[in-house]
Amino acid sequence: MSCCAPVAEGALAASERPIVTTEELRLASRPLGNGVMQVELAVPNVHCGGCIHTVESNLNKLDGVVSSRVNLSTKRVTIKWRENNPPAVIETLVSIGYPPHLFEDEGGKDKVLSELLWATGVAGFAASNIMLLSVSVWSGAEASTRDLFHWISALIAIPALAYAGRIFFRSAWSALRRGRTNMDVPISIGVALAYALSLYETVHSGAHAYFDASVSLLFFLLIGRTLDHVMRNRARVAVNGLARLAPRGATVLGEDGSRDYLPLNEIQPGMTLAIAAGERIPVDGVVLDGATDIDCSMATGESAPQTAAPGTDIRAGMLNLTHPITMKATAAAKDSFLAEMVRLMEAAESGRAGYRRLADRASAAYAPVVHLTAFLTMIAWVVASGDWHRSITIAIAVLIITCPCALGLAVPMVQVVAARRLFENGVMAKDGSAMERLANIDTAVFDKTGTLTVGDARLINRDEIGDDAMRLAAALAAWSNHPRSRVITAAKPEDHETIAFSDIEEQAGYGVQAKLDGATYRLGRASWALGREGAEGTVLARDGELLASFRFEDRLRQDTVEALQALQSRGIRVEIMSGDNEANVATIARKLGISTYRAGVLPGDKAKHMADLAAEGRKVLMVGDGLNDAPALAAAYVSMAPATAADVGRNAADFVFLHESMTAIPFTHQIAQRSGKLIRQNFAIAIAYNLIAVPIAVLGYVTPLIAAVAMSGSSIIVVANALRLLASNWKVIQPSTSATRPAHKLQEAL
Amino acid sequence: MTNLSVLIPIALCLGALGLVGFLWALRSGQFEDMDGAAERILIDDEEDQSVKK
Repeated sequence: MSCCAPVAEGALAASERPIVTTEELRLASRPLGNGVMQVELAVPNVHCGGCIHTVESNLNKLDGVVSSRVNLSTKRVTIKWRENNPPAVIETLVSIGYPPHLFEDEGGKDKVLSELLWATGVAGFAASNIMLLSVSVWSGAEASTRDLFHWISALIAIPALAYAGRIFFRSAWSALRRGRTNMDVPISIGVALAYALSLYETVHSGAHAYFDASVSLLFFLLIGRTLDHVMRNRARVAVNGLARLAPRGATVLGEDGSRDYLPLNEIQPGMTLAIAAGERIPVDGVVLDGATDIDCSMATGESAPQTAAPGTDIRAGMLNLTHPITMKATAAAKDSFLAEMVRLMEAAESGRAGYRRLADRASAAYAPVVHLTAFLTMIAWVVASGDWHRSITIAIAVLIITCPCALGLAVPMVQVVAARRLFENGVMAKDGSAMERLANIDTAVFDKTGTLTVGDARLINRDEIGDDAMRLAAALAAWSNHPRSRVITAAKPEDHETIAFSDIEEQAGYGVQAKLDGATYRLGRASWALGREGAEGTVLARDGELLASFRFEDRLRQDTVEALQALQSRGIRVEIMSGDNEANVATIARKLGISTYRAGVLPGDKAKHMADLAAEGRKVLMVGDGLNDAPALAAAYVSMAPATAADVGRNAADFVFLHESMTAIPFTHQIAQRSGKLIRQNFAIAIAYNLIAVPIAVLGYVTPLIAAVAMSGSSIIVVANALRLLASNWKVIQPSTSATRPAHKLQEAL
Repeated sequence: MTNLSVLIPIALCLGALGLVGFLWALRSGQFEDMDGAAERILIDDEEDQSVKK
């Protein structure tokens, strides 16, 4: 049983964040009538039958739960509950080890999928029955039976063609109307003409009808399309299921002291909001009361937490780390920082050069050649034989035999298999064309904070600090939620000596202070702990006397060095672009051996840099996670984001990777290149098939039997070739197994 | 010829029955959780049957 669900790690990152509150749950639910509410929660840790059972039986035991049902494919649980009796759903799920979170609702069922499935079902029914009748015709039924069978086939084919074929006709028509052509144009023409010719032959008791070819062509193509849609949908659902970073609402303090939880879009400028430690700032504003440390990495790219005191401007998307504060909203959600990023993203997207998909480019070259060949064949036969009926029949046979069945499957089948391979390795590909684009990149631009480095810092001078000082520091740090305090706590010596401090107090923005044996100990900002202006760094002090100083460094994402080397060895230029200060960016760049870096870049300038690189003719992969990267992700030729990225960033990126390891990037690039190669091979197979089949058709030797065998044969070869991508005997840089191990440990600990 | 007039309608009806069956399964949501359906068969029923629809 597979217990390494690809989504597991994204969930871990989520479990550190504040979980869903009852108010948020109520906002996310929708009434079903009779006082019953229904809510859908993402539970990414569900990965086997046992999990289904644990979750459902525990939830159903709760008072107020009407029913619950887990969907293992989407890793979601649907809960029906009574409005007057909100059950402790969230607490229960957390306590049994399946922390839930809310996700962006995409609004009901997937209409396109059900339309594709219905069409495939109808086409499959028609194809199998017509094929059954055709086999008896091919094996030499006498003339009257043949005519009867042709008529039955025609009657089955009409509704099948009208129903299943409309997907292609519609798309072909909309392309033609805009003066363009796509793969569906030659398909539609081929299918429609094959049907028309067959009907004419049937009416005139002709020997050859192509009903089987036209319907089974539709059936094959629909299977390809449905698989393509299912795969992309799965990736989209997985990305949607990741935890939302933006809150759904905020606690508004009324003038009379009331506390109301309001949805985000009802928050007006001038309202006073209470922000607990661990919550994200919902809208732009100013701190009114309280002092705290703020993690701005998502908004600006700065890695070190900033201090916030009354009067400090704070922006939506920042994370309040240590102390509760009250703030005054200065902008509504739609005018906040986040919304500004969305506007920049839209501007960047509209400037993105339109990429024409490989299949469309191939069909644009293919269709005119085929149609011209058919036309010339007809002219030649008319000149040679003077028989119009025979000439037109042969010309249509040329069109039927060249109808791009293999070509239509060549691209989607490879992309379906590639997306599946990526999915298994924790990379979500949201768009088939992204894979084509990724194979062509020549430059990769990385954001620093959250992308090359991960949230928690690393203590680099542990060896220089004595065990005694470390023990004191760890005991003090245990009283603080500041991320660096947690690092110090984790670095304490391996013994169980406890130190009983008294009068412990944490001063927001400075550090922790406590008394022991009459002396005052301070751990935190050097200028405060030592009482000296201008002192820098993080120190431990006793009565203003330095005991130890701590040096931190951003921790690199796992396998970053190897991943960047792999990219560089493929001739890809690597750059860093960050909103953080020069010194921090330079350190990381030096460490990774990257000479090109930009520091202190504003969000708009990040997007502009993408446009500049594109103007130079470069094809850029942008990898980033923050809100400030979102415009650049939208502007880049192709983009990737880690699962921990801000919501808008994840939605803007073409690929989202769920594991921590950076090898996801060279791995995806390699799969993309390999897919590109297989797609070109498939095109070659389709062309080779035509080189053999077209002369036979032009010379007038095609019968419905030959058409059916040739078309199915070429399709099967193309599909089989695509499946080679699953073969594991080629060298890949797989995300190392160690990348998944920490997740499992943590999962067990939960 | 007479046997054809019996057998062909039967063949078509059976085919149509299959199609209707597929569409019914589709509509009743049986393709919405393919992974879950594969696992649920392995869950033992207990006295407090949890799977209610």
